[in-house]
Amino acid sequence: MNTTLKTYAVRLFPQVAALVVILLMVSIAFPGFFRLEMQNGRLYGSLIDILNRGAPVALLAIGMTVVIATKGIDLSVGAVMAICGAVAAACITAGYGLAMTLLITIGTGLLCGLWNGLLVAVLDIQPIIATLVLMVAGRGIAQLITEGAILTFNDSGLIFIGSGSFLGLPMPVVIWLVFGLAVALIVRRTALGMLIEALGVNRRASMLSGVSTGVLLIAAYVLSGLCAALAGIIAAADIRGADANNAGLWLELDAILAVVVGGTSLLGGRFSIAASLLGALIIQSINTGILLSGFPPEFNLIIKAAIIVLILVIQSPRAQSAFVFLSRPQAAASKTGEETK
Amino acid sequence: MQPASSYILSATGIDKIFPGAKALNRVDFSLRRGEVHALLGENGAGKSTLVKCLTGAYRRDGGRILVDGADVDPQSTLEAQNLGIGTVYQEVNLLSNLTVAENLFLGRQPKRFGLVDAREMNRRARALLAEYDLDIDVTAELAAYSVAVQQVVAIARAVDLSGKVLILDEPTASLDTHEVAMLFRIVRRLKERGLGIVFITHFLEQVYAISDRITVLRNGQLVGTRETADLPRRDLIAMMLGRELVQEVAGEHGAKGEAGPVRFRFRGFGRKGHIQPFDLDVGAGEVVGIAGLLGSGRTETAEILFGAERADSGTAERDGRTLDLSSPRAAIREKFGFCPEDRKVDGIVGDLSVRENIALALQARRGWARPISRGEQDRLADHYIKALDIRTSDREKPIKLLSGGNQQKAILARWLATNPDFLILDEPTRGIDVGAHAEIIRLIESLCEKGMSLIVISSELEELVAYSSRVIVLRDRAHVAELTGSAVTTDGIVEAIAASAGRADP
Ligand SMILES: Nc1ncnc2c1ncn2[C@@H]1O[C@H](COP(=O)(O)OP(=O)(O)OP(=O)(O)O)[C@@H](O)[C@H]1O
Ligand SMILES: [Mg+2]
Repeated sequence: MNTTLKTYAVRLFPQVAALVVILLMVSIAFPGFFRLEMQNGRLYGSLIDILNRGAPVALLAIGMTVVIATKGIDLSVGAVMAICGAVAAACITAGYGLAMTLLITIGTGLLCGLWNGLLVAVLDIQPIIATLVLMVAGRGIAQLITEGAILTFNDSGLIFIGSGSFLGLPMPVVIWLVFGLAVALIVRRTALGMLIEALGVNRRASMLSGVSTGVLLIAAYVLSGLCAALAGIIAAADIRGADANNAGLWLELDAILAVVVGGTSLLGGRFSIAASLLGALIIQSINTGILLSGFPPEFNLIIKAAIIVLILVIQSPRAQSAFVFLSRPQAAASKTGEETK
Repeated sequence: MQPASSYILSATGIDKIFPGAKALNRVDFSLRRGEVHALLGENGAGKSTLVKCLTGAYRRDGGRILVDGADVDPQSTLEAQNLGIGTVYQEVNLLSNLTVAENLFLGRQPKRFGLVDAREMNRRARALLAEYDLDIDVTAELAAYSVAVQQVVAIARAVDLSGKVLILDEPTASLDTHEVAMLFRIVRRLKERGLGIVFITHFLEQVYAISDRITVLRNGQLVGTRETADLPRRDLIAMMLGRELVQEVAGEHGAKGEAGPVRFRFRGFGRKGHIQPFDLDVGAGEVVGIAGLLGSGRTETAEILFGAERADSGTAERDGRTLDLSSPRAAIREKFGFCPEDRKVDGIVGDLSVRENIALALQARRGWARPISRGEQDRLADHYIKALDIRTSDREKPIKLLSGGNQQKAILARWLATNPDFLILDEPTRGIDVGAHAEIIRLIESLCEKGMSLIVISSELEELVAYSSRVIVLRDRAHVAELTGSAVTTDGIVEAIAASAGRADP
């Protein structure tokens, strides 16, 4: 138990460190950043804001992590968010109850995931192409559902999911925390985690060892669809309407980035959901930090890109081996001695 | 001692440290002009590591390398190539999605008007491969061909590249006798041209057939360098193992046990385009050997028995009950196991630890909802690491960092852990050292005594003869002969292969 804790600590260290550094930097530029206050039984403050604003990307990152672990990628999550937001708004305005609306919406997300999963697992289409289909078509589908307009709603139940609070925390935060924890537990307390990693590293060898690679692949994309549905509901509830054009726009890229910043390789295999969630928070902290520090918005993307490149460089195996190399002084000395010859 | 300049390549005091293990400790190695130098040692002794340090694939942590008496320090395999060192690595590392010709000429394609001259390249590729009696479509993707063909392509490329030194790391592991003879002819020719050739293998006959000198490594240390002619086989083995080998594999294992009653019965089992329908009975506690040339349908037979390719005709029964062999998963449920031939592609899950690789098949059979506890996995891994003498610094090491032979043992452990009733072993001793070789054969015998049914595919006929109670001979993707009882001899098998050949092409 102790050793597993230690491996977790080692695994998550770079992400935690990066997050802390970024938060500290923002707090220097913006005193009061760490202030939290309680109003009407709900916590307020910039930190809470990061957790709250980061909810969609955090949710997407959960599914994306598992998909990437299988050596896949899911480009459709942003579009699926839009579809699910539209479905939720359409159902609620059509007079369905909240439970029914949520059921249909989540069902839609699962179906989208199933579609992707079948393309990848059964038809053996490359994941990037397979999910591109829905990425492109998805927004069109969402627009058909909303009939081109922004479909607004007033259902207090649905709105609560976007802006209500539970135990002092905003609902979106509660949702991604609970969902992330649940998925991480399921994956690690069962053998799913290891089987997914095996599949991602060597699909054929796993298949020959009796791993049900097809089922696992489909399940990964279905999970990603589910995450996109939850994120879509939150995004729609937050603005009290479904915006087919903008809901989840480019969020697939943020989700992929969160996973990569979390240190899961795009080549599949070893993954950590906790690290991806930290990655999502890192991205959101950068966004919030840049906003707060009042840089003109044009700079945002460039600064964000620069910070991310920095994190990736620090994480790269080459940089790490160079670090190990430099910290072994006598070996380094003898080697450089040779090189100057 | 000869003057230093007679050495085309010499390395002194080579060190290589991996996290958790010192793979090479002050190793000296020197190669004369025009000699074939065998580099030998147990699995994990450091042979491949030494080669990779020489070619710059690994950064060495100490030591000097001289080529033609001048200090060199190749930082990449490309630099080594430019120094005239051509290498075939143990794991074929060509680009399987390029054509055969592209692989042969990668980085040095013939150009015409600044563009790759594909026609010229293909022509030269055909000419190059013709020297190896290999007449294949050079414009086809490399992936379309067997490991053996890929191996020959890798060798042809390396030979063509090497101006001074050719390094061959277990090049013959997946070649048959004919191809080995071909390779040796080419090696001799290069030797006459004054090249130095480093040859790594676990086949001692080949060492004595072709090498002039032998260097032995053990646990990353140099044991010694000897003239082949002055080193009897027994002494060589003792140098490698650090002890005497009680008994080498021989055909003397009289007691093969009475084959029990037939337990597994296959009738008209086959798949179009893979293997013609065949009948096969395997008893409890029986080892059935499968022999045949490369491409004769040996691996196809294994794959169809295991459901990796689904049979499209015939039936399979166990004690009269029909078996479902529609997929590996189904076969595993019927307590089948299959140790595949191509360990890199079909066997190892490279990034996962030795522990996870050993537990994988058992875990897959139990299903995801019933995880094997960490304690149990540790116990399982430790048990097999000890039982099969898998050399690894610890069980959490990613399996891809193990030496080739030790990876092979770990895959074997994966299947033994599932405690199968019917185990198919496709070239189980490939890349395995002499000591472990004997161990594995003993293991096969003891599994069979415990009542397991085994199918073993091997190109090493002596080995097949040692443990098989029956041998099936394959040719042109069909089962053409079956030898039983006293007919199971190496000569008998060779004859059966030849005879069926005569019958097949009149
Ligand atoms: N990249 C690596 N990282 C860590 N350890 C390594 C690495 N490569 C090799 N090793 C270790 O170094 C030792 C020597 O390995 P090497 O591949 O040189 O053995 P070998 O003599 O070629 O064996 P074989 O006959 O099985 O091919 C092994 O114990 C292996 O586990
Ligand atoms: Mg080796």
